[in-house]
Amino acid sequence: MDFGLDKKSNSLKTFNTIFIVIWLLLACFPFIWTFWGSFKVRADFFSRADWWYAITAFNTLIETGARFTKEAYSGAWFEGEFWKASRNTVIVTISVVSISLFLGTLGAYALSRSTKNYAFWILIIALIFRAMPHITLVSGYLFPFFQLQIWGILPTTIVVLVAINQPFTLWLLYSFFKTVPKELDESALIDGCSYFQAFRHIIMPVMWPGVITAGLFSLMLAYNDFTVTALLLNQENHTMVPKIQSYLGTNQHEGNLMWAVSAVVSATAPLFLLVMFFQRQVISGLTAGAIKG
Amino acid sequence: MPNRSFFWFFFPAGLAMILFIGLPIISTGIQSFYAQHDQILIEVKKCDPFGCKTSVVVDQEATSKIKEEKPLGKFNGFGTYIDRNHLASDQMSEFWSESKSVGEFIGKVGNLPFYKALVFTLTYCVIVTPCVLLLGFIIALSLNAISRKIRGPLIFGTILPMIVTPLVGSLVLFWMIDAEGIIGANLQILMDDPYLSVKSSKALTWITIIIYGVWHHSPFAFVVFYAALQTVPQEPLEASIIDGASRFQRVKHIVLPHIYPVVTFVALISLMDNFRVFEPIIGFSAEGSAQSLSWLIYDNLVNEEVILFGSAAATSIMTIVGISIILTPVLLRTWKEFRTNR
Repeated sequence: MDFGLDKKSNSLKTFNTIFIVIWLLLACFPFIWTFWGSFKVRADFFSRADWWYAITAFNTLIETGARFTKEAYSGAWFEGEFWKASRNTVIVTISVVSISLFLGTLGAYALSRSTKNYAFWILIIALIFRAMPHITLVSGYLFPFFQLQIWGILPTTIVVLVAINQPFTLWLLYSFFKTVPKELDESALIDGCSYFQAFRHIIMPVMWPGVITAGLFSLMLAYNDFTVTALLLNQENHTMVPKIQSYLGTNQHEGNLMWAVSAVVSATAPLFLLVMFFQRQVISGLTAGAIKG
Repeated sequence: MPNRSFFWFFFPAGLAMILFIGLPIISTGIQSFYAQHDQILIEVKKCDPFGCKTSVVVDQEATSKIKEEKPLGKFNGFGTYIDRNHLASDQMSEFWSESKSVGEFIGKVGNLPFYKALVFTLTYCVIVTPCVLLLGFIIALSLNAISRKIRGPLIFGTILPMIVTPLVGSLVLFWMIDAEGIIGANLQILMDDPYLSVKSSKALTWITIIIYGVWHHSPFAFVVFYAALQTVPQEPLEASIIDGASRFQRVKHIVLPHIYPVVTFVALISLMDNFRVFEPIIGFSAEGSAQSLSWLIYDNLVNEEVILFGSAAATSIMTIVGISIILTPVLLRTWKEFRTNR
């Protein structure tokens, strides 16, 4: 809203600025603080004596001889086998994104070009499926997967995540394809193309903006997932997020908190970079469903 | 598009959804009617020089045999639904006849696992959703008034809490409010209570999780509201300025009515998301004082001895019922929209 006639008072401007600064501090400071703390030893970041140690690095100096240490990182990545978890995450994420985009673009294109009633009902069912809490689906998977002996391996998890992701991808791409003029592919059909040829030669070249947005959301879902990966993968195949949880420790075995801290930073950094580059797409995706309504 | 082409285009996506979303829901439904087998007990007579004793032991062989024959467990009908860990109908009637006042009855019912989780889940939904709407709207309004040049980085900073996974987000906060973390330690100094710990108090834990929820979900509301604000027409706003409307009046009478459909959309989406709150409970290690429906299912599924499929499935089905109630208005709205579009 850029009100041409609107003259803002100075006090309002200051108030507004202060509010934004406070909110940004609330939103960002926890991440900055964790990033800073990940280069300290545990006695500093979780200090019983004085939280100020986390800044002055009192114990880090004593224990390692420097103000910053990479101990937590080397511990988690090698001793804690976080490299394995991140490799698994990369495998899962890439597979989920590519498969779900492949299925999603085909399906959503068909939905957007169909005038039949069943297309609408499919979309409604997809909406219902999208609302299902993932944990209830997992409670349905576990038993059959144990029986079929496909529990614990990466391919199962990939397929499950693709399926869970489909409803959202379908809706997002459906609303995107609706904005691609029908005349484009209709003219190709008149010229004698089949639907597949029209899709391949006419739609594919223009669909990338929508596909990138949908891809980002698939990526965030697969990368961030905890419920499915924690319960459907065995220890050996854990991805990053369940791995972080395993560092926290339980009543049975003691965890290593600093490993968890450095793992959190390692897992979050790539995501932040990605969103920084694709901010526009993320926001357009989030608003796709809402604004048209 | 002819049915044939539609079928082939949609087949892969449809198959994936039927196999891994449709069937699991049915599978959950079936599982909820079964319960794990009881262990088969046998009496063993043991004789030693001092006489004979009969003792009851578990017949391992028979137990594993029946498990293999019927892996799903024994048929239990609606037994799991009404047992102590779920709807607890017997306990309810017992409490009703025992209790002298309604308050006492509610207090007793609130201690049953399912109702405890339900109370937390609903409290979380009811408090977090309006706070998210309000905070998201205020941030959107105030960011919208800031110079366009620096908005990009500000928006990036604002959406950070949303893009991290809830487990990571709650951990990051948890480490700060921990008694050994920066906020926790300062709170102790501020309140002058060296034993103050968020973890040990039920009320504080609830408040923490709720604050986390608002922190995590507000950016989503912000993004949607912010985008909606860009579509508010200028002419009525300018007209109202000329007519001398105050800033508050302009927001109330022009901006809000314009973005009203978006508000209901965000409200319903965040209500649905909040209803499945689960990961923050693990992140804050708050199992002791706060349990949600989703957490109950998770707890059944990671049970050390036997995975309680039946119990998890029964809770799942009831969660799905809850979600469907929230979902109905969304569906009606989509349906109406579709009718008008045609």
